[in-house]
Amino acid sequence: MEQTPMSEKPLPTVVTEPVNITVDGEEITVQNGELLIEACHRNGTYIPRFCYHPRMNPVGMCRMCLVEIDTGRGPALQPSCMIEVTPGMVVDTKSDLVSKVQDGVIEYLLANHPLDCPVCDKGGECPLQDQAYSHGPGESRWVEEKRHYAKPIPISETVYLDRERCILCDRCTRFAKEVAGDPLIHFIDRGANTQVNTFPDEPFASYFSGNTVQICPVGALTAKPYRFKARPWDLQTVESTCTGCSVGCRIEIDSSRNHVLRYNGVDSDPVNWSWLCDKGRFGFESLEAADRLREPLVRSGETLEPASWAAALATAAEAINAASPGSIGVIGGSRLTNESAYAWAKLAKGVIGTDNVDAQLGDGLPADVVFGLPQATIDEVCKPGGTILYLGPDPKEELPVLYLRLKHAVDEDGARIIELAPAGTGLTRHSAVSLNYRPGELGQLVDSLVSGSNSTGENAALSTAAKLIAAAGDSLTVVIGRANLAENAQSVVAAATAIRDAVPGVKFLVALRRGNVRGALEAGLAPGYLPGRVSLTGGQDDQVAAFKSLWGNVPAKQGLDTKGILWAAAEGKLDVLILLGADPLSDFPDRSLARRGVAGARTVIAIDRFPTASVVQADVVLPAAGHSEEQGTTTNLEGRVTVLNQKVTPPGTARPDWMIAAELAWKLGGDLGVDTESSELWAELVASTETFAGAGVDALADTANADGIVITAEPRPLATVEAPHVSPTSAYSLRLVVNRKLYDAGASISRCDSSSALAPAQALRLSPADASPLGLKDLDRVSVTSPNGSLSARVALDSSVPKGTAVLVHNLAEADPGALVASDDAVCEIRVEVG
Amino acid sequence: MSRLTPENVELAKQIIRRYPRPKSALIPLCHLAQEQDGHLADDAMVHIGELVGVTSAEVLGTASFYEMFKRHEVGKYCVNICTNISCQLMGGEELLEHAEQTLGIRSGSTTNDGLFTLEDVECIAACTEAPALQVNYRYFHRISNDDFDQMIDELRSGRLDDVVPPHGVLAKVRQDLAEEQIANITPPETQVMPRWIADEAAKNDPAASEGGQA
Ligand code: SF4
Ligand code: SF4
Ligand code: FES
Ligand code: FES
Repeated sequence: MEQTPMSEKPLPTVVTEPVNITVDGEEITVQNGELLIEACHRNGTYIPRFCYHPRMNPVGMCRMCLVEIDTGRGPALQPSCMIEVTPGMVVDTKSDLVSKVQDGVIEYLLANHPLDCPVCDKGGECPLQDQAYSHGPGESRWVEEKRHYAKPIPISETVYLDRERCILCDRCTRFAKEVAGDPLIHFIDRGANTQVNTFPDEPFASYFSGNTVQICPVGALTAKPYRFKARPWDLQTVESTCTGCSVGCRIEIDSSRNHVLRYNGVDSDPVNWSWLCDKGRFGFESLEAADRLREPLVRSGETLEPASWAAALATAAEAINAASPGSIGVIGGSRLTNESAYAWAKLAKGVIGTDNVDAQLGDGLPADVVFGLPQATIDEVCKPGGTILYLGPDPKEELPVLYLRLKHAVDEDGARIIELAPAGTGLTRHSAVSLNYRPGELGQLVDSLVSGSNSTGENAALSTAAKLIAAAGDSLTVVIGRANLAENAQSVVAAATAIRDAVPGVKFLVALRRGNVRGALEAGLAPGYLPGRVSLTGGQDDQVAAFKSLWGNVPAKQGLDTKGILWAAAEGKLDVLILLGADPLSDFPDRSLARRGVAGARTVIAIDRFPTASVVQADVVLPAAGHSEEQGTTTNLEGRVTVLNQKVTPPGTARPDWMIAAELAWKLGGDLGVDTESSELWAELVASTETFAGAGVDALADTANADGIVITAEPRPLATVEAPHVSPTSAYSLRLVVNRKLYDAGASISRCDSSSALAPAQALRLSPADASPLGLKDLDRVSVTSPNGSLSARVALDSSVPKGTAVLVHNLAEADPGALVASDDAVCEIRVEVG
Repeated sequence: MSRLTPENVELAKQIIRRYPRPKSALIPLCHLAQEQDGHLADDAMVHIGELVGVTSAEVLGTASFYEMFKRHEVGKYCVNICTNISCQLMGGEELLEHAEQTLGIRSGSTTNDGLFTLEDVECIAACTEAPALQVNYRYFHRISNDDFDQMIDELRSGRLDDVVPPHGVLAKVRQDLAEEQIANITPPETQVMPRWIADEAAKNDPAASEGGQA
């Protein structure tokens, strides 16, 4: 294959109707109706281009892809990115005329181009530079003054624009409008003065802005974290997976001299189509955060003092040894690789013997539900013409690239979304129908939707939604998750089982948020389960026995989940609390319980990368390796296993979580059976479970599985769950919704220089209908009281919030809604008072 | 002033109703804002974006394509003197120079009293009447230096008020469609064939026009 200056690979073939065309004298078979530029690329003929991008609609803007096409009326120059192939088409991509035209296009593009390649970040990987060499005239005839603009201007906190370098290809602006749906950059002015720009003082504040930097074919768009950091030829690159959330976008890690300098998106067809969100793209910045934990710490009185690994592990082992297994709890593990999750499951359940293990922090869904629902992949959810029932968290805020896929399915592929949410979300404007429910009343809404017993006609939106669902039949897919952290999980679980019972054949995508939460659960970091969904108490005696012989021991009975562990700790019944990259003080929805729990545990052992609120309260702190610092695999929300690659070494003496588990096991007199590499653990997990059986090291290394391997398992039995009974109250007039924003005070994101300033200010979002009786306007200060606590916050009127509901954001620097929430309550009723 | 006044918001809503998609009203609304303020203010563009459901960047992108939307304050009278070829041959450039002297400003700027903005422009399609100029896009033909000075005097004294409204005013009479005259204002994909086309089609081919659906 020829040189391909653009990094984008051709799209995978979608077989429609094979036809033959002739390209440069050779006959090739392509699919009728596909774009000529794609068909040629896939068959080994690279046509130079600037504006064409396989994941966006073609616009024919740059004319670099002109070729001679003959469809029976004689050859004519046409842009191959706009022309669909037809049977018998004869194409010449290398004729003298084509070369001459390419010379001309390059000459025009360079007429106003500053050619400051020596100081341009793109130099060395620049499609303009490369194609000027390969297809340009070689000499410039331009002697006039070039067009000048102020050198780079920031168009957002992260992205800089150098308008002199811009060739007006419309890639960034098209991306902003078509793909991200945030048309905040646009061509401004006309003729020779046309430029990309924002509206004055309205920055390109898109969660996806970094993608424009990746797709800009020149050095016009650069991202702050990478500017002037390296030259492309100094970079070493390896593929990996983003674990910023559970979408699991494929990335390339670029590093130089043991520093990660950049992540770029890789086009994984079933997942991210080359896009990343900015949280993921710039997430590597936290790796070198100033307060990254570099060495073990052990408490001495009020302070945590540096200690050797031997001493710290010994202190930890001593505390564990002194405790009975039932009084030990492990919270967390979603940040871990599959291997590390398995190692910790084996340590906790096999060596220590406790089943009080939970990878989730009361903000997810029980493992029973994750394992009990028939699973859909992202592709199945986003299939053309599909019907999607969405009752999860706001995907734009929590699972950003899933949001892009959903948006594309609606905008381009005729899919329809029925959204059920307590308040408006980023998905609302893309939904065919969006129905708001009062917190606690999801069950009733779902019943009326799927049972066919809805009072049709009374509510037009409801009956439209019910009709769409009925028409979809078994092709319906459902996305479920926690849209509201102030409601416990029961209402979502009840809704999911009701839908499953009512719609045979329906499939679910469980939208849990944390990076490898799915892998952690499947590897056994859930109460009541051993790896591979083996239930301790569900009559799978053979499999339990198999683990008993493999591990030496397994817990006798089902243990506690995070809520239970924290309760036990709060009541003084927990001797050792192990926090596995978990920060309950920030993440557990009920702040009071989290505080009492972390304070009440006799010894707290934290394995983490940062001194989070919970970590600074620990007695032993063990520093862990982070993303790009360890080898392993991860599992995304679909159950797709992909490879994580190490590119740099962890800071100080930090080490991978599995290694910490192995050494702790050793100190406790056990043996995890791993010597030098995490792949040993993977091999053991693959060999001992049916779930992971197809995803062995060799299978993952096969290039045919470059997009990972989706684990498949029969859904476990899952009983129908009753919707919670919520009694109406009067003293507290509103019901609280606690949701998340992409940028918050989270441990990693708050340590990324380019994102930390982007967290929004906390505000109690209220419907104008609820605000006006109280005489409230924007920014007024109110006190918010629930039966569990109170806080003070500013008000923001928001017509996307239904009457009777109020919204706060989880984990921002101010006004912590966790103060209002009690983890036992089905809903959180609040009262709002001025002042 | 900058955002649309309440009266103009009402007008804007009427204008939006004339189009299948609100966004299509963008340019008429830019004219409305320019009429209100004499130029197209940033805040007006934000407001227009809110009214038609696009971002301010999209409003700016569209508006900035058109030279006649002024994105900074201009005089009450915008004097455009043609210096393209026919007018040039007939003394357009000399006229421009004279205008600069009379008004005491360079082309491209505005007099201190905020009355006149002077611009040199390309052909305004009045070549047979060269040298030609426009004041707020109203034509003045075969202008001599004396004619120019007299025109400026008359503009100053208000004697031309009937002929040349302040900058931004498109026409003396506003097009006003009664609600019942606005028909078939739906997005193209849901439009039905207008009655008169359907009737015509029925005459020619009775089978092809059942129901008049597009
Ligand atoms: S900034 Fe880059 S991507 Fe955007 S139009 Fe210019 S060259 Fe294209
Ligand atoms: S969507 Fe999730 S996995 Fe993808 S780049 Fe963003 S944080 Fe990473
Ligand atoms: S790639 Fe075809 S016109 Fe730009
Ligand atoms: S050249 Fe002046 S109007 Fe045509």
